[in-house]
This record gives sequence, C-alpha cells and structure tokens, in this order.
Amino acid sequence: MINRSIKVLAGAILGIGLMTGSTLAAGDAKELKTVDWHHSGPFGTYDRAQVQRGFQVYAEVCAACHGLKYIAYRNLMEIGFSEEQAKAIAAEKDIEDGPDANGDMFTRAGRLSDKVPSPFPNDNAAKASNGGAYPPDLSLIAKARVGGEDYLYSLLTGYDEDSHGQECGTGTYYNAYFPGGCLAMPSPIFDDLVEYVDGTPATVDQMSKDVSAFLTWAAEPKMEERKSMGFKVIIFLLIMSGLLYAAKRRIWARLH
Amino acid sequence: MSFQTDNKLIKWFDDRLPLVSVMHHTFVQHPYPRNLNVAYQFGSILGVMLTLQIVTGIVLAMHYTAHTSLAFDSVEHIMRDVNYGWLLRYMHANGASMFFIAVYLHMFRGLYYGSYKAPREMIWIIGVVILLVMMATGFMGYVLPWGQMSFWGATVITNLFSALPVVGDPIVTWLWGGFAVDNPTLNRFFSLHYLLPFVIFGLVFLHLVALHQKGSTNPLGIEIKGPADYISFHPYFTVKDFFGFAAFGVIFAIFVFWFPNYLGHPDNYIPADPLVTPAHIVPEWYFLPFYAILRSVPDKLMGVLAMFAAIGVLFILPWLDRSRVRSAAFRPQYKWFFWIFALDCIVLGYAGSQPAEGNMLIISRIATIYYFVHFIFLMPVLGWFERPKPLPTSISEAVLAGKASSSGGENA
Repeated sequence: MINRSIKVLAGAILGIGLMTGSTLAAGDAKELKTVDWHHSGPFGTYDRAQVQRGFQVYAEVCAACHGLKYIAYRNLMEIGFSEEQAKAIAAEKDIEDGPDANGDMFTRAGRLSDKVPSPFPNDNAAKASNGGAYPPDLSLIAKARVGGEDYLYSLLTGYDEDSHGQECGTGTYYNAYFPGGCLAMPSPIFDDLVEYVDGTPATVDQMSKDVSAFLTWAAEPKMEERKSMGFKVIIFLLIMSGLLYAAKRRIWARLH
Repeated sequence: MSFQTDNKLIKWFDDRLPLVSVMHHTFVQHPYPRNLNVAYQFGSILGVMLTLQIVTGIVLAMHYTAHTSLAFDSVEHIMRDVNYGWLLRYMHANGASMFFIAVYLHMFRGLYYGSYKAPREMIWIIGVVILLVMMATGFMGYVLPWGQMSFWGATVITNLFSALPVVGDPIVTWLWGGFAVDNPTLNRFFSLHYLLPFVIFGLVFLHLVALHQKGSTNPLGIEIKGPADYISFHPYFTVKDFFGFAAFGVIFAIFVFWFPNYLGHPDNYIPADPLVTPAHIVPEWYFLPFYAILRSVPDKLMGVLAMFAAIGVLFILPWLDRSRVRSAAFRPQYKWFFWIFALDCIVLGYAGSQPAEGNMLIISRIATIYYFVHFIFLMPVLGWFERPKPLPTSISEAVLAGKASSSGGENA
C-alpha cells in the first residue's frame, strides 16, 4: 500500500517535467503537420538518400540566405557522400583564408576541413539584404524550434495565398505555422526548383521533407550513435537490475 | 569499532589513520532498520548522481569556454567534435534533472515518514541547505551554454534581488559584475558552478555524520529497540542500493539516449541575444513550483520573499509539526494532507510553466496560499487534533507479523 503510494508520487513528480514539456510544445500557432520520419522512433536512422537530397536543397536554395556554420564539409561523409564527393562539394566554394606571408588575405577552393561558409560577411549585412530580418543560421534550427522537423516541414509547406483575414505588412508573408502568422521569408520552395541527382520528383512536399530531414541531421549528427549506444546501455541496465534484484531477494531471505 | 583484520600493514595504517575502520563502520557495519522500503532508496541514488555530475562536469569543463562570444560555440564543439562529448553533455544536463527528481522524492519521503522530527532535525536542516546550494548550482549551470534561455533566465533571476529596498540595485550590479548580464557574469557563474558541487559534497558528508549519529528513520517511525530490529548496511542495503542504481539508471538512460532535450527548452539552442526577448521566459522544470509562487504575488518584493519563504519554512518544519507520531502510516489525517500537499506542488509546477494570466494566475495564487497553509497552519494544528493509530511495539514485531499474514512461507 505504502509502496504503491510512493510509486504514484514518483510518477507524479516525473509528470511535472513531462507535462510542462508538452504544454510548452503547444505554442501559439496552428497545430503542426506530423511526418512519419525515417529517423523517428527508438531505432530510427537517417535516410541517407533523403538527407543527401535535403543537402542539395539547402545548398541550391537555402544557402543563398542561411548559414550552416557548425557543419564542416568532412561531416558530409557521415550522410553517405564519399570522400571524393565531399571534396568536390567543398571545392565548389571559395573560402577566404590568410593572411599569407605577405599579410594579404586570399581566396582558395574549399577543403574538407572547412565549415560551410555563411552567405553574408556579418549579421548586419544579412539583415540589410533581407529587409531587416535576420535569416538565422540553420545548423541548430531543428532543435531551436518547438516541434523540430515537423515544424520545419509544416512551415515550408504552410504558405497560403489566402491569409484568412490576417493582415501581413509589406515584406512579410502569411504562414499559419509561424508564431504570429507573418514571416519575412517568402515561400522559398516551389515545384521543380531543384533537379534531384537521384531522379526523385522535386515537389514542394518532397523537398520540404528532405530539407527538414537534412536539418535534423545537421542539428543532431550523433543521433544514430546515441540511439545504438542507448540500446546497449538499456539492455545492460535491465539485465543488471534483474540480477541485482535476484541477489537482493536471496540475501534478504536470510533474515527471519 | 569492531573492525578486525589479520593484515599487519592495514593494522599499522588503521591504527594511525582510522580510514579503514571508519569506512568499515559506515558502509559495512552501520545498523539500519530492517523495514526500509523503496522510498528510502533515493539517498544513495543522490550520492551517485552527485558523483556523476562532478565527473561529467570536470570533463566538460576541459572543453568548455566561459566567454560570451565563445561559450555557445564551445558547447557545439563538445556536441560535434569531442569524443563522446554529446554523451557527456546530455548526461550532465539530464543528470541535473534526475538529481532534482531524486531529491524531491527523497524530501517527500522525509515529509511522509516524519524524518525531520526530533532527534533528526540537523539531518533535515543540512538537507535543506543542500537543496538551496543545488538550486544555485543548477541555475548557474543552465546559464553556461549562453543560449537565449540561459541569458534571459539569468537576467530575470538576478533581477529578483533588485526588489530589495535600498541595497537591491547595488547587489544586482555586484552579482553581475557590471550593469547587465554579460561576460563577467558568465565567468563568475562558471567559477561558482565548478565550486558549489564540492560544497555540496562537504554538506553531504555532514548530512551523513548527522544521519549516523541518530540512525535512519523507517516507515513505522519508531526507534530501533533491539538487535531484531536492525540489519547491517552490508550486504543487505548494499545490494538493495545497487539494485536502486540500476533501476534508476534505466529511467536516466531513457532520457539521455532518446529524449535528451525533452526537459530543456528549444530556445536554448538559439545563441543569447540581449536585444531579443523570448516570448515566454521559463526556468528549468525543477524551479517551476517556486517560480509560480514568485509570480502569484502581485508585489515584486513580496513575491521574492514568498519564494524564499517557500524553502525557508522547511527549516522550521521540525518545530511546526506538533505531532508525537512520525510516520504518516499512523496519522490518518496527515496522510490525506500529505497527498493534497504533493498535488499542490504539482499544480504549482504546472502553473509555473504557463503564462501568469487569467485562470492560471488564480489557480497559482490558491496553490501558493495552500502551500503555506500546509506548513504554517495544518502542521501544528494536526498535531493537536489528530488521533494517531496505535504504534507497533517494535519494528521486528511489525515486520514479522506482516510476513506471517501476507506472504506466509516466503522465507522458509
């Protein structure tokens, strides 16, 4: 009886944390669309082909305004690009380096060790080119927004010509999934904007999913390692708990 | 001390520095009541959690940079480039939450079984001091990644001190090391965040000295009367506590490996920006009940005082409770009020997570008032009016009677 009440209490205390998490996730805007991601679930892994397509969308579309500063080109090998492919992708970019022996800065082709360069030299330049709104770096965006990849997908597919009675000022665009309803980024994706290397039809829905999956990887590149280690740790702890419980029963059986 | 050995070297050493016999006394021989239940597991779990936080924290500090322009990047460096850095950081961040879950359960166990009552007041009081130092440590640790919630949480909480008359503003400037939360603030928070766990370690030592002085309480709330009532720490509680570590570890691991950011806030993955205020500034979940108390009082100074009083009242709890009986098992009315109080704390926690407006503000005000009514009014009054159930004459009698009736031949 007492043991049971303690368990109820334990559950309730834990519940505070869980409850607050879920209520905070409720947010202000429209309920998010949910996607059955390949990487969700306790054993989910990133769909390499999808994440590579998502990188293509980032590189050809998002990179015009958004940085990805925590990702180095060498990291692309983690999502299934070969070393040659990653080198070639890096080499397409001009990276400022220096100073050289004469004290001058110079430009060279990108290398694997380079981080993805940001499109603007500084935050103010980024704001000036975007009507005063700063396009955030996307490295952590999937973890920095309530709803994560579902939010990104909902936002990218959530633009609507009909603003449902909401007035959006000039330079802002209606999107039901954006807190407040009006954001400075116009719908960045339309059908066939990119031509996928693997021949997948580039619909808005497909591209939105792919880039959201890519950004999830960018924010949490160790997820697969984390889940696989977690599985081993849990198995170990469960066996250990079982053995210790049996040992406890046996030792306590000596008491009369 | 009854530590015996034939080893001459150990004898020589222990005769000059009695480390071995003290350890033997503490972890092998010390008598504990034989009827301790699962609610008594959390003390040793807390010891493990403290050790784990210190170990992961020391390694994290080797890779972290306490500077406003580098802190956020250095955390991402840990997450991406340091070997198992993601594991260390997720263990440390979720370890703090697990630490608080365990400490709250440990405290509720103390409230239920009257562990704070004479002659164990010092154990309880040192425990409340540990809670305060833990809160300071947890708060400063949350500031270190220098995300949006770090920065704004630090701003809101340090600003509380400005409510104090006359000395308020100078104190806040002194805390910040400047005129806003900035690099000096981050630096000193890092320094103190590294220091305070060792202070906790020292306090835990005192907590245990006090515990060993008077011995553990037990679910019956009666003292040990004879050898039949107690069993030695080893092997009975060593094996039981190790089982507790493994079982608690399962819950911990589920968070670390599958929901590592669930108890955090997404805004803390946005670098701190003093010019952009988040829509809702929310502290970590384990501060939410106190945050709700703070916000439920219309006056800022009174709110701050109420928040500190919510913990301060715990210090005088041993004297507020007038009942002669310790355990809620024999206190039919207190038992109810205990669960109502536990529910009240959960309501406060929920209210703290919500914007302080409308019905939620009313609910949090009622819950705040009830929180204090429980301690200031109910605890003394119950002691006078309640008629406790008859206590068993000894622990062993109750335990053996229970065994005979419920699970007859189990130990045959």
